[in-house]
Amino acid sequence: MAKEIEITMENIKSTKIDSPEIVDESTQQNASRIETKGVKVWYDDFMAIKGIDMVIKPNTITAFIGPSGCGKSTFLRLFNRMNDYVEGFKMEGKIKIDGDNIYKKKVNVEQLRKEIGMVFQKPNPFPKSIFDNVAYGLQIQGIKDKKLINERVEKALKQADLWEEVKDNLKKSALALSGGQQQRLCIARTLAVQPSILLMDEPTSALDPISTAKIEELIHHLKEEYTIIIVTHNMQQASRISDYTAFFYLGELIEYDKTRKIFTNPEKKQTENYITGRFG
Amino acid sequence: MINIEEQRVTLSKIGEEMLNLCQNQVEQSFEAFITFDTDIAEEVILKENRINALDLKIERDLDNFIALNNPVATDLRFALALLKINYNLERIGDQAFDIANHTIDLNQKLAPELVEKLQFKVMFETLESMFKDIVTAYTDENLKAARKVFKKDKVINQINANTFIVVEEEVTKNPALVKQYLMALVVMKKYEKIGDLLKNISESIIYYIDAKILKHKKKK
Repeated sequence: MAKEIEITMENIKSTKIDSPEIVDESTQQNASRIETKGVKVWYDDFMAIKGIDMVIKPNTITAFIGPSGCGKSTFLRLFNRMNDYVEGFKMEGKIKIDGDNIYKKKVNVEQLRKEIGMVFQKPNPFPKSIFDNVAYGLQIQGIKDKKLINERVEKALKQADLWEEVKDNLKKSALALSGGQQQRLCIARTLAVQPSILLMDEPTSALDPISTAKIEELIHHLKEEYTIIIVTHNMQQASRISDYTAFFYLGELIEYDKTRKIFTNPEKKQTENYITGRFG
Repeated sequence: MINIEEQRVTLSKIGEEMLNLCQNQVEQSFEAFITFDTDIAEEVILKENRINALDLKIERDLDNFIALNNPVATDLRFALALLKINYNLERIGDQAFDIANHTIDLNQKLAPELVEKLQFKVMFETLESMFKDIVTAYTDENLKAARKVFKKDKVINQINANTFIVVEEEVTKNPALVKQYLMALVVMKKYEKIGDLLKNISESIIYYIDAKILKHKKKK
């Protein structure tokens, strides 16, 4: 389990990045869904995250970009405490979701993960039927009402834009679906438990362009109901679908701004070198 | 040097070639019109084909650059700026071509007092100076040089604004020169247009270097 270290002014040396300008001033007070302060992460002696302050607004898509090993996936997995099981993991700083520090001792991690769904790089359906895959999260939550489960499964499959393709074959094995369908099934499985934040770690890197386009369209629609964070190595994907982009390098948050600013006129030379492919 | 940079260097050199060609066309069109040298006018008319061919080449190369590289940030601004610079240069070439044709149509040398009163030389020297600023701004990515162009364009506009008043006064004094006066009006308007197009080019260079969009920006 992660060791929580109390933050003091002396031990915080966080990367100072101003939060991007908020368009709607009226929502400013309640504008933060996720807020990190002075977050540092170590895997044994290796410092993977070197002090990051960040504010993520509700109902936005934020893309995390950066070269391999820059800490973007580590940072993403902090939000649903996925790193807790990694050996040697240690963190410092605060991560608040809707104002609550998720690394407090009394936090119910299972409940947190219900609230914060995650989709991984490779589709990972269970060797069960399509229906059972989507219903799985509900069943382990102890929901027994079949009518409710049926409704939630249908809704989640519709949200994931998969319903029309599978509605007549819900008993079919999920493993018989194509890669793109499997990934949408995994998204449906995540949505079925009704989270409010979606974390996506390179969700389309194993998919062909058509499946990728479907997932991207889906992400765009899901923004209305969810706050979405996506880790991607695909610069075009980040520029196409995200509202905000954060560029990480060597465990630091180098630049975080509106996507259109990052991809047209970034402030930092490092960001420009990375997005234009000159990094090295 | 990575591939995208090599492509940018090549594209930039072709843009410079287009800039030099258009600058030369404007200089020659002026010389042809003022000295009534129809040989030079014919040369300008012939060279218009080269400008059109170069314009198409730059457009095609930029299409490929954008399609194949998916440029962002500085690379995208470079491509968009060059696309606009090229478009404006091609239109400058058209103006020089029209002036050369007007020289042949007029079929006579402008009266020296007319050249003097309409401030043709001041206008041309100002345009020449604007071209020099643009070349410096383009080749050295020099913002200061690009910004000099705006003030100079105002000089051009002022001279052009006076043209009509001068012509109105002079044409009653010397009706025999009416054809020259009318043609001078048309040609002055062409040079004024070239000034505007150079200003557009300057804006595109500033957009590329500084990422500031000046177009349609009004003073508050």
